[in-house]
Amino acid sequence: MLVQSGNISNKKILILLCITTLGMFGFGFAMIPLYNVLCKNLGINGKTDKNAYLTSNKIDLSRSIRVEFMTNNNNYLPWDFYPRLHHIQLHPGENILIYFAAKNNSNRSMTVQAIPSVSPGLAARYLKKTECFCFTQQTFDPGQHRDMPVLFHIDQHLPKNINTITLAYTLFDTTGLKQSKLAKQSLAHIPG
Amino acid sequence: MEQVLDLGHSAPRGLLRFIKRWLFTTNHKEIGTLYLLFSLLMFFIGGVFALLIRAELFQPGARLFNPEFFNQMTTLHGLVMLFLAIMPAFSGFANWMIPLMIGAPDMAMPRMNNWAFWILPVAAILLFSTLFMDGSAPNFGWTMYAPLSTTYGPASTDYLILAIHLMGLSSLMGAINIIVTILNLRTPGMTMMKMPIFCWSWLVTAFLLIGVMPVLAAAVTMMLMDRHFATSFFSAAGGGDPLLYQHLFWFFGHPEVYIIILPAFGIISQIIPTFSRKKLFGYRFMVYALLAIAFLSFIVWVHHMFVTGVPLAAELFFMYTTMLIAVPTGVKVFNWVTTMYRGAISFETPMLFALAFVILFTIGGFSGVMLAMVPADFQYQDTYFVVAHFHYVLVPGALFGAIAGAYYWLPKMTGVMYNERLGQCHFWLSVIGVNLTFFPMHFLGLAGMPRRIADYSLQFANFNAIASLGAFIFGFAQLFFLYIIIQAMRGKGKKASAQVWEGAEGLEWTLSSPPPLHSFTTPPKFE
Repeated sequence: MLVQSGNISNKKILILLCITTLGMFGFGFAMIPLYNVLCKNLGINGKTDKNAYLTSNKIDLSRSIRVEFMTNNNNYLPWDFYPRLHHIQLHPGENILIYFAAKNNSNRSMTVQAIPSVSPGLAARYLKKTECFCFTQQTFDPGQHRDMPVLFHIDQHLPKNINTITLAYTLFDTTGLKQSKLAKQSLAHIPG
Repeated sequence: MEQVLDLGHSAPRGLLRFIKRWLFTTNHKEIGTLYLLFSLLMFFIGGVFALLIRAELFQPGARLFNPEFFNQMTTLHGLVMLFLAIMPAFSGFANWMIPLMIGAPDMAMPRMNNWAFWILPVAAILLFSTLFMDGSAPNFGWTMYAPLSTTYGPASTDYLILAIHLMGLSSLMGAINIIVTILNLRTPGMTMMKMPIFCWSWLVTAFLLIGVMPVLAAAVTMMLMDRHFATSFFSAAGGGDPLLYQHLFWFFGHPEVYIIILPAFGIISQIIPTFSRKKLFGYRFMVYALLAIAFLSFIVWVHHMFVTGVPLAAELFFMYTTMLIAVPTGVKVFNWVTTMYRGAISFETPMLFALAFVILFTIGGFSGVMLAMVPADFQYQDTYFVVAHFHYVLVPGALFGAIAGAYYWLPKMTGVMYNERLGQCHFWLSVIGVNLTFFPMHFLGLAGMPRRIADYSLQFANFNAIASLGAFIFGFAQLFFLYIIIQAMRGKGKKASAQVWEGAEGLEWTLSSPPPLHSFTTPPKFE
């Protein structure tokens, strides 16, 4: 290294800059938990809570909310997947049990994971599920057909300007993948 | 002293010695030359990709090759131009000029400098090798969005990921070297606020590189892990989020556009005072504007993602911060114009390119402000309007900055004046070609033509034909540039004086043209 004229030696600056570089590399990875925490606490990305909630026992009859159900298959998944009911009118706090039909059209046993998404995104945290097929992976034999339940209610604190909520499920092929850690945690922990 | 030092570099004989000399060189001028020649080669390769794209789009109907190949061309054109043409070009100027401008004998870490350069050809080979692989070359656009690059990416994507790692490593080493050089090797008396503005622009750029290149490295590492190690960073099936990739990418991607443009700002800020024969107007504010742009560039990235369903509050925040960038940028444009005001201006080729830069870059800046507005962006997103916008800031912006720098310093580097008449031909063909190519794209975008698609509806045919025509004019005009550089390197032309340009000021112009291989072995006097 060449002689320096500054107050801090070349080597010191070099080391500081290398540490910053590594720090920013780490920051890239730190963005993941940061992103998840931010999205969860601000409720901004339309993901429903992975935790199961107790059923509601208070109904707000003064309001009526329309909930629509949608399904998608990811990556040409050879399954039939559709809601038994396409939309429903309900009161906040009302416990609703609905079914989604699924059929494995392939000739092998497959495991799938349904990922929910709520629109508008800000409504996601008010859609509270007691039971959902999306909490765990689902394994179907070849040609097997099954109705999968969702028991949920809409929290009474849903902002007044939201009258319609869309709940969409996308079915992903997870055959061969392990049960995700998050899904396991949510089963172990049911808050009051 | 000079003689003793030169012995080590005496004319090598034989191919092996020639290779060894350039492979192991630690001289900042030689490494600068390597960077510049490499970037010139990559510029032509990326240009061929661009012309293939424009040839395909000359007429509707996807006639020349299949859409799959078109997608590979758009991807590689973007990656090559950004990472292998524009960025190394500015690294080349930094290596050549920063030590001369601050009166340093060399870069602070010459060996690292050598390494930083020689990684680049390796990255380029990795990247180009994907074109010859089974399956296809990367075909998902230079932004490499997941899941296109993870679930659906061709096998060659892994080579792209490694190439990105290498290019990132190279630019990081370059950045660290530049920072240490500028902070520690200035000649006595040259305080930070007396430093040539080109050095300032590179100092800020280098910090931006250190701030965001590692984040890109992290993002592509996650991509690699999602592809091969069964992680789910960007896969919703395993609890990840594809949108997260976009956040990571644009956290890098937005400062990246300033990494590309700031050195060009620096070059233009050197050229305009020289040919106006006046001092740069508002030096202090030019420096502050650089710093302000660098800071703001970190807090605007979501403006690339307005249609991903981000909440209203975020849209507003990122819209306002984005529009705020127009303020320091406006300061720069104002100061360039004011530098020229009542100056004794002459219009040599570097100045012509600098003037075109100021005008055309500003057009790109205006379309940027249009894109910053959320409701307007909803319409412009993924249309040719975006393509027009970023090509206006990158081609007559960054690229013209680099070309202007090349003409400005070519006599200093080679010792001979380039052919001025050919330079002017190059300029006029380039400036006509650029506008013919990219101006109609604004209209195409506003009319709704989507980008990155090999075919289009019939109503877009006329403007596309014009754009393709312009692209070929622009592309072939660059052969003038190549010829001019080759002639200058061969020493053909009028001998250049030490100062070269009548109005040029600064330490680099006190040295002979070309400067001796080892210059400023003792710190020069700086008033």
